[in-house]
This record gives sequence, C-alpha cells and structure tokens, in this order.
Amino acid sequence: MYLSTIDRPKGSAGEKGRRRIGANVFALGAVSLVTDISSEMIVAVLPVYLVIGLNLSPAAYGVLDGIYTGATALLRLAGGYVADRTQRRKLVAGVGYSLSAVMKLGLLAAGRSVGAIGAVIAVDRAGKGLRSAPRDALITLSTPSADLGRAFGVHRTMDSAGAFLGPLVALAVLSLSAQSFDAVFVTSFCIASLGVLLLVLFVRDQRQHLPATHTVSIRSAAGLFGDAAVRRLLVAASLLGLVTVGEGFVYLLLQEREDLSIVWFPVLAVGTNLAYLLLATPFGMLADRVGRVPVMLGGYVALAGVYLLLFGPLGGWPMLVLTLLLHGVFYAATDGVLMALAGGVLPEALRTTGIALIQTGQALAYLVSSVLFGVAWQFWGATAACQVAAVAVLVTVFATGLLLKQKAQS
Amino acid sequence: MSDLSLRGRVLITVAAAVVLAIGAVGYAVAAREKAAPPVTSDSFSITPGPRLLVVRGRYLATVSADDPSRPAQQSAISCVRAYAAGGTGVCLRQDSMWTYSLHVLDSGLAETNSFDVRGLPNRARVSSSGRMVSWTAFISGESYNKGGFSTRTGILDTRTGDVAKSLETFAITRDGEPYQAADVNFWGVTFTADDNRFYATMATDGLRYLVQGDFASKTVRTITDNVECPSLSPDGTRIAFKQAIDDNPVNGWRLAVLDLETLQVTTLAEKRSIDDQPAWLSGDTIGYTFRDSDGTPSVWATSADGSGTPRLLVENAESPAGL
Repeated sequence: MYLSTIDRPKGSAGEKGRRRIGANVFALGAVSLVTDISSEMIVAVLPVYLVIGLNLSPAAYGVLDGIYTGATALLRLAGGYVADRTQRRKLVAGVGYSLSAVMKLGLLAAGRSVGAIGAVIAVDRAGKGLRSAPRDALITLSTPSADLGRAFGVHRTMDSAGAFLGPLVALAVLSLSAQSFDAVFVTSFCIASLGVLLLVLFVRDQRQHLPATHTVSIRSAAGLFGDAAVRRLLVAASLLGLVTVGEGFVYLLLQEREDLSIVWFPVLAVGTNLAYLLLATPFGMLADRVGRVPVMLGGYVALAGVYLLLFGPLGGWPMLVLTLLLHGVFYAATDGVLMALAGGVLPEALRTTGIALIQTGQALAYLVSSVLFGVAWQFWGATAACQVAAVAVLVTVFATGLLLKQKAQS
Repeated sequence: MSDLSLRGRVLITVAAAVVLAIGAVGYAVAAREKAAPPVTSDSFSITPGPRLLVVRGRYLATVSADDPSRPAQQSAISCVRAYAAGGTGVCLRQDSMWTYSLHVLDSGLAETNSFDVRGLPNRARVSSSGRMVSWTAFISGESYNKGGFSTRTGILDTRTGDVAKSLETFAITRDGEPYQAADVNFWGVTFTADDNRFYATMATDGLRYLVQGDFASKTVRTITDNVECPSLSPDGTRIAFKQAIDDNPVNGWRLAVLDLETLQVTTLAEKRSIDDQPAWLSGDTIGYTFRDSDGTPSVWATSADGSGTPRLLVENAESPAGL
C-alpha cells in the first residue's frame, strides 16, 4: 500500500488532472497502436499472399473473403456482458488481443491450406470483436465525462498511427526478407505479443464498488433498451451505419478510375489513416467544446462529400488527395466521438455491454448497407449508387440530428 | 500487475521488445538466405517442341515432356504466372508487392510488348497459334475483413495490337437473354483455333458460367454453369475445367472434361481438390498444378478420359504449359 502510494501519486486526478488525459488512456492507446501495426501488416499483404503466393482462384478467394461470422456479433455482446458482470474488462480485452496475436502464428501454421486460413481469419476477427467494447469501456471509465471526446481522440490517433505504420512495416519486412510472407507473419506475431504485454503491464482495470441493487444481470442489460437516451443513440448509430458504404467499395471505385488505376492499393488505406491520425485528437477536443453530436454529424457530411467526389468533375491526384482527406475526416469525427457520446449516456455498470450493443448495431447495419449498395450499384450503376448514397447520408444526418436533439432536451 | 514498480514494468517491456525484435529480424534475415537466385542454363527456349513450360521458384523453366525427371532448363525470367504456345510466351511479373506487369515474349525470348496490369495477376493464356494473349487479375482484395472481390480479364491481339482491357465491357447474353449486372466477373480465358472466339468463366448472381466469347464482335454468351477455368482441347471439341464439388466452391474442386457437343461431363481420375486452370499437354493428357497442404506446388498429369491414375511430372513447380 505504501509502495503504490509513493509509486503513483499522480494517479489520483486532481484539479490539474482534469485537463490531462489519463495514463490509462495512453496505455490503451499504446496497446492499440502496437496491435494495429500488427494487424494492418497482415491486411496489407494477405490479398497478395492468397492470390500470388497461393495462386488462389477468384471463387476460392470469394469464399475466404465472404467468411463473416455472425458469431462475432454474438461474441462481442457476450464478451461485453461478461466483462461488466465480472468487472474484468481488462481480462476480456486481453483474451481478445491474445487470440488475435496467436492467430498471426496460426497463419504460419495454416500454411497454404485455404480452409485453415479461413478458420484463422475467423478466430482473428472474433478476437477483434471481443476486445473493442471492453477497451472503449475502460477509456470511458478512466476519463471524466467532459473530456471523453479528447480521450477518444487521443486513443484513435494512436490507433490509426498503428494502422498507418502497418503497411509500411510490412513493406520493410518484405524487403528485408526477400519477399517472405512468413517473415511478415512472424513479425506481426512479435508485435502483437508486445501489445498484449503492454496491456498486461500498463493498463489498469477499472472496478467500481457498486451497490448491491445495481447488479449486472441479463434483466438489467435488457433494461438498456428501456432507457430512452440509450435507445436513441443505438437507433442513431444504426441509421448512420446503414448509409455508410464500406471503405472497400470506396477504394474499389477509386481504383476503377482509369487515371488512378496504377495507385497501389495500400496507399489508399495509408492516406486515409494519415488524415485520421492527424485529425482525431483536434476533432475530439472540438467535440468536447462545441458538442459531440454536431462534430459526429459533420463527419458524415464529409462522407457524403467522399461519395460525390468519386464521380465528380475533379480528377487525378487532387481528387485522390481530397477524397482520402475527407474519408479520414469522416473517421476522425465519428468513430471515437460516437463512443464519447455513448460514455455519456450508458450507466457505468453496463458500460461494456452498452458499447458492445452500439458497436454490434452498427456492424450489422454496415453489413446491410454493403448489400444495399451492391444492389443499387447493380441496378443503377456505380455513379447513381454513389449519388443516392450521398443523398441518403445527408437525409440521415438531418434525421439523426433531430433525434439526438430530443435527447438533449429531454 | 500494479504491484510492480513503473520502472520494473518499463524494463520488462524494453527487454521483451528487444527479444521480440531480434526474433523478428532474425527470422526475416534467415528467410532471405533461403531465397537464392536460380542457376540458369543456355538452352532454355519456348519454341514449340516436346517440352513442358513451368514456373519453378518464381522463374520460368522447361522440362522434357517425354521424361520430366531429366534436368530442367532453367531461365532467369521471373514470372508469377506464365503460359506459352505457338512460339509466344506470356509472363505476369511482380515488380513490387502491389505492382505487376504483363510481358509478351517471342520465340527468341525477346519482349515484344509489355504493360502494367492492375491488381494481382492470377491466370494467363496464349492461343495455340501464339497470336492471342489473355490474362486475369484481381482488382479488389483490399483487405481480409471486408467483403467482395473483383476480377479483370483482358485479351490482347499481338498481331493487330488490339486490346480489350476488360471483358466486362462485352455484351452478355445469359440463357438466351441480354444481361447486364454490376457483379459480373470474368476469369480464365481459353482460345479457339480461329484466334477470335474464346471460352471463359463468368461469375454473376452467385453462379459460375462457362461462356463463349467473340473478340471481334465483343460479345459473350453463357453455355452452362458450374464450369470454372476452362481449357479447350487441341481439337476444339472438349473443355477441361474445374468443377466445384456439389456446386459450391467451399467444398473444393474436381477436375473434369466437358464434351461441347453433348455437354456430357467426365470426372477425371484426380481425386484431390485442384484450384487451377488445367492445360492440355496433348490430345489426351491434362496437366495441372496440385498444391500440397503446406503450399508446395507440383505439376501433375492425368488422362483426359477419366481413366488411369494421376502422375507427378515436376516437383516444386506450377503453371504448366505444353510447348
């Protein structure tokens, strides 16, 4: 007890501490940074590995790519609930991080067996599903609610810095190893392990001393739906998810343009992440000052801009840079800010469950939006589909604005 | 773990980072040493003759068709996928991890044409006369956790220089009706002897069709479904292809031969799942790449009438073509 008092006198947030970002947020940010380097390395090389390394045919690739585990959504919810119920958010997040780390070695072990690679990817995704809700819950529990926007901004900056670095690290490893994919997998595993170690050593679990009446049960979790503010946020997040076309489509459409056809695919992700990492913290701080709802909705307006730019009059590099910048603005203004909003309305005891619920709602909405966009593309062509998507975003921004304004008044 | 001092935790982290970095860099450097450049032989050639062209360790090589166990003729021509016929070779080359180019070679191995190919190249073919060249590349493949893929298949007429960069611009007739859809993907072209018509796979609406195309009129029409990666026999009457087991690619593929007259399908003696565009090594033998569970490719041959047992032709090689 003496030791720990001497050891962390700054841990107790005083007047000054309120202006600072808690050490726990930085620790979680560092874990995310390191983990994202690891996972984005794989994201950058896996298509090349499958198609060039394994000579996978289009249909086989489609099978792998189509692996969507509905179980991931369920696992996310279950993980969130268990984390709240046992008050062990760090442990649940740690299981998620560890699963994904081990799966990097799984890629090595799977060799070139398509079935095994598919299983490895599914478990990797399950790990990702498991860890994000407890991580975000820990951020909200480590931060005064007035500073949530900034805290998430800092976290997302560190997170996207990892995503930005991942493809570059992969390139470096490939050139060092004379194009060995196995070396990329091994390096990715080493980096992911460091992420798990950082989590174990530096992230502090937040446990509340809850009164006996606030027990976490299925019934109290279901009660989240009864809370009007939570319900409105869930509806808003799902509605906005419904009009968000996956970034895969955006990058694909960018590459469909003849004038950009030779641009390396990973460059598109790296460019988006650069804008994201530069803007996440300023936007988070702005959200704390002027309100989280306007900043988040502003991000969706930027997304509408992306859709319009894809088939706008602008071409070449200016178009590419502006599109990636707006895409980065979209992420910077929405992803962390939504969690900051959630942190403000969800009860502490059910913070992880609530966050998992909102993230699941949005993930399912993304799935529906991808299907809808595919259908729209098929029937109306890509240009019209993008224009319709832009209009849908703007209408939803307006509707969501009204919906969330109610919350502020009630 | 908060019972450890901050200093202790930082020390552990630094030590672990150093150990992990040494491990990762050591592995990468060791992997590098395994990748040695090929020892080339002067007599490598792609002129027609009783030989087999393969890609071995990323480089073109030929082996004797009569006795594949004899030493291979190795070249220093780097390709991820290749094919040759009628004295014309096509080589899809990796220039960097995400940039690829197509190279057309004449019988003297001189480059007659080359251009960048968008996406990740996957299939290559040359017509039997050596005039028409085709390739397939994945365009999408942005990441492994977002859905959807997209292919781009192109055809080049080496005599006129005409190029169709994507078959997706061709007019489609599906089951007799004009058809248009955004989800159409083509792959795996095989040419007929007239250097105009061709066969290919067309995927749309969850189905994988065999289509016949016409390069001059820029049209394709469906013939039957569940046929992938067609390869036309030298006499033009049969198509070797891979057939998804129970019509579902999740289950893997069996090699089969389709009679174009009767649409009768004969399953070949190869019982393992084969994910490759087969190649006719003669009028009655099909060559293909088998990939071991550890990923090592090898070139095999089996009888086109479904009889006999498959036999191993070349170890550690892929992308076979009969010269």
